[in-house]
Amino acid sequence: MATKASRSAARLMMAPAVVLLLGWMLVPLIMTLWFSFRTYLPLRGGDKGWTGFDNYVRFVTSSAFWPAVQTTLIIVLGVLVITVCLGILLALLLDQPMWGQGVVRILVIAPFFVMPTVSALVWKNMFMDPVNGLFAHLWRFFGADPVSWLSDAAMPSIIMIVSWQWLPFATLILLTAIQSLDSEQLEAAEMDGAPHLKRFFYIILPHLSRAITIVILIQTIFLLAVFAEIFVTTGGAFGTRTLSYLIFQRVLESQNVGLGSAGGVYAIILANIVAIFLMRIVGKNLDN
Amino acid sequence: MARSVSSRRKLINTGFAWAIGLLIFFPILWTILTSFKTEAQAIASPPIFLGFDWTLENYSIVMERSNYARFLWNSILIAGGSTILGLIVAVPAAWSMAFVPSRRTKDILLWMLSTKMLPAVGVLYPIYLLFIQLGLLDSRAGLVIVMMLINLPIIVWMLYTYFREIPVEILEAARMDGATLREEVLYILTPMAIPGIASTMLLNFILAWNEAFWTLNLTAVNAAPLTAFIASYSSPEGLFFAKLSAASTMAIAPILILGWFSQKQLVRGLTFGAVK
Repeated sequence: MATKASRSAARLMMAPAVVLLLGWMLVPLIMTLWFSFRTYLPLRGGDKGWTGFDNYVRFVTSSAFWPAVQTTLIIVLGVLVITVCLGILLALLLDQPMWGQGVVRILVIAPFFVMPTVSALVWKNMFMDPVNGLFAHLWRFFGADPVSWLSDAAMPSIIMIVSWQWLPFATLILLTAIQSLDSEQLEAAEMDGAPHLKRFFYIILPHLSRAITIVILIQTIFLLAVFAEIFVTTGGAFGTRTLSYLIFQRVLESQNVGLGSAGGVYAIILANIVAIFLMRIVGKNLDN
Repeated sequence: MARSVSSRRKLINTGFAWAIGLLIFFPILWTILTSFKTEAQAIASPPIFLGFDWTLENYSIVMERSNYARFLWNSILIAGGSTILGLIVAVPAAWSMAFVPSRRTKDILLWMLSTKMLPAVGVLYPIYLLFIQLGLLDSRAGLVIVMMLINLPIIVWMLYTYFREIPVEILEAARMDGATLREEVLYILTPMAIPGIASTMLLNFILAWNEAFWTLNLTAVNAAPLTAFIASYSSPEGLFFAKLSAASTMAIAPILILGWFSQKQLVRGLTFGAVK
């Protein structure tokens, strides 16, 4: 029974948030689009005028582009597979009756609260350092030669670090979803003698499908933008240069703003493709 | 429900879960332990787990040498300031969307969510340039604004999902009794909304504290928060494990503690209400 007055008041109350976000979205976006069509080298002559789609073509045809796409995909897919699979197993385990469940939950969730620069540095130095790292000690203990993780196995190392950070997120959301499962249904299946695996594949997994989709979509958006973990470990060397990192290097390190902006437009399009799917699910949820 | 479980099964579950929990937590535990060692003990081979001489000297060295207090203060100001500013903007917006919904409410909410999906690197240079021209580069005010804007969609969403749980009948009753809009908000909604607002603040503070793209790219000396402080340990100081550990422990301890209180809100805040 909203009156006309309360309606216009409502509009007024919404205005600051809408205006701010609109500005935050449009101003940089338009500037990025503008730069992407220009030759713009701030340290070497500044803005040198229009160049059409040159930057877009050059970005895609540069020798760094396809490796970067590949690296991005491997990191995103690798982390997704690891976190979703282990997340389901962990959520199932944490749902079981046990002593000290609350404490275990806290232990499992903790990595999510560690700031990215700390987790990257701690892994890089204290675990993966080829001389004094804990892994080096472990390898020597078993008589093996220590591995220079971040140069010889850079991609698996990065995937490991990022998975460690995101496993808690996947676990927490999947656990929340499992706990909302109607236990009578499971009990009925148990009474009917359905074995564990069947119960998992026919009851639990279908129930989790929506939560899994959401975990995948949200993580993909964040994983496409992984930055600090690469910045402090390899700095993009040893085949760990992702698309975002490549754009970062073009824009701030080599100060080729036009080229970097064209890359940025590609990144925005890529993220939007993922975002459309996520928004559809969230939007459906708003209706009920 | 209460499915009956044999205590043997429960024991196995417990052992298994604790082992995995400790394995996942181990890097954090190891960091905390190492922060109390001397540098020599920190790199001893074989590694020492507990039987070392506990010392606090790393903490005092890190505090002295690196002006730790200023980074900490920057982190608090940036995370706290952006959270409060965000709430001031978001509470009225979420309130009006939850209680005076229109046909466009859903679209506006989804559009707000979509701004969160904009990859930061895609707009890095424009923001960088605007910051230079507005004199905001390496300033705390600039970072407060950016943090507020990147987290605003999450704040609005979380508040919206909390506000929607407040029964409308109470509002209607108040309106019948002649409460004005202002009174309605101040005396009825605010008390009922405080738990939701508190959780939103908590989660947003954590997200802003840990943000490591803009804080690394838009700060140098003056406004650098703890994320940048730790990144400066990349090399060669990072090879001093005990000091790195002490610095890391100090950077993550406040958030670990806050985080434990916010587990439930985390799910709601990061899935935009799609998983409850």
